Amino acid sequence: MELEAAISMKESIKSILKTEKLVYEYKQLDEEGNVEGVNRAIDEVDLDVQKGDFVAILGHNGSGKSTLAKHMNAMLFPTGGTVWVDGMDTGKEEHVWEVRQRAGMVFQNPDNQIIGQVVEEDVGFGAENLGVPTEEIWERVEESLRAVGMYEFRKHSPNHLSGGQKQRVSIAGVLAMHPMCIVLDEPTAMLDPRGRKEVIRAARGLNDVEGITVILITHYMDEIIHADKVYVMDQGKIAMQGTPREIFSQVDKLQSLRLDLPQVTLLAHELKKQGLDLPDGILTVDELVEALGL
Amino acid sequence: MIRDITIGQYYQTDSVIHRLDPRVKLAGTIIYIVTLFLVGNIWGYLLATLGLAAVIKLSKVPLGYILRGMKAIGFLLGITVVFNMFLTPGTPIFSFWIFTLTWEGIRTALFMGWRLILLIISASLMTLTTTPNQLTDGMEKALKPLNKLGVPVHEIAMMMSISLRFIPILLEETDKIMKAQIARGADFESGNIIEKAKAMVPLLVPLFISAFRRANDLAMAMESRCYRGGEGRTKMKPLIYKKADKLAYLYLLGFAVITVFVGRL
Repeated sequence: MELEAAISMKESIKSILKTEKLVYEYKQLDEEGNVEGVNRAIDEVDLDVQKGDFVAILGHNGSGKSTLAKHMNAMLFPTGGTVWVDGMDTGKEEHVWEVRQRAGMVFQNPDNQIIGQVVEEDVGFGAENLGVPTEEIWERVEESLRAVGMYEFRKHSPNHLSGGQKQRVSIAGVLAMHPMCIVLDEPTAMLDPRGRKEVIRAARGLNDVEGITVILITHYMDEIIHADKVYVMDQGKIAMQGTPREIFSQVDKLQSLRLDLPQVTLLAHELKKQGLDLPDGILTVDELVEALGL
Repeated sequence: MIRDITIGQYYQTDSVIHRLDPRVKLAGTIIYIVTLFLVGNIWGYLLATLGLAAVIKLSKVPLGYILRGMKAIGFLLGITVVFNMFLTPGTPIFSFWIFTLTWEGIRTALFMGWRLILLIISASLMTLTTTPNQLTDGMEKALKPLNKLGVPVHEIAMMMSISLRFIPILLEETDKIMKAQIARGADFESGNIIEKAKAMVPLLVPLFISAFRRANDLAMAMESRCYRGGEGRTKMKPLIYKKADKLAYLYLLGFAVITVFVGRL
């Protein structure tokens, strides 16, 4: 038993983020403060994210995906099971700050996570908290802002930026803490289509160029077609997992989980049902054009 | 109406005064105000006016821009001057009913008005040449010794700078809620003061709820970026006195001593 635990610890060091039988329950209280019922937001979730991966977690509202995200940087602690970030158990209090430095988090609302009154000051906030020396903070701020393409805006007030730009500043703020992975908790839910594209492009850039592990939580299907691995959540459980192609070939199951498919995938699925000879899991317009032999 | 609030207004330009350490400007304003209260004759006032004029010239803030801010206190200034003129005992010039105009009254009123104008210009000059952020930084550093007495200096400074960041966001939100309520038939314009105050309730309740929600989100974002108070925190823009700041302190002290000396002759 002890040996087993030791082995699983060692394995989890190779992977950057791992959960094992993760359970999170919250109690529903009535007006007098008595326990009315227990809600299980996360139910025995096993996840394993390798270094350098781009992982997407999908799910409709209330599927538990945001609750799961908050476990990844020790904002919430498991009721049962364990979460390891870089081999550290997030449930242990002495690890909290190290976990939060290693797994940075970007939230949904662009206005409510910017602390500084100037873009560069906000990006430096996390590094300041870590006690990084002044000159190094400036270096980190510059490289982070360049990585998300916001360097020209460093002297601007965040109030005058668009939603997509604000989210990129938030990503830069996390980057300046030199994390091993970035958890993006529905970063595009409040943005217009253009802002969504900007943010997803920035996140993909970090993954491709800088090799940073990215965990993207979303309910937009078209944002995950480039992911290495996709988890689909439903009612606190992992309902499906695999590569985007594997996931998108199961059109009927996705629809029963109340998820919207990309239009091309849906069109290809309908054509196939009508008797056309098409492969499963078509993700882009180009692929469909090629498959149809046009 | 809410757009008229001009607290912490900053005039963007590059000048010697703008580049000074905020602590110098804070101390300077306080020393200048104290000096004004110690001065008792016309020469002292002239010297103080000259000094302020020199600083305004150096700051490159247009005089008209500064004086526009004075309009708001014109009423207060008027009352002070009139009351001093008629209610100071001394040699009467003429009198009607219970009011008596005296020579001493005119003298006190003029000095009082002059002093008030200088006082407000000097204080607004500080906010015009210092960004709110620099001001809170300066206050945090200057008040650091109070930490030993248990005053949470860092926390107060952090709260101030966050409030300043959220003022425009909440203003925008107020505007949005107001429009939404007007679209539902709310009336913010007509009626007497009590009716108007009552009409504000459907505006304030959603505003408060949203402010609390924002505060919750922000606290979470700050914690996830490892914020844990002022301990062990480094500064991206630390305040360090430069040569110009030390010189400014020297000029300031020299000016204050001479002005008080002349003003009490």
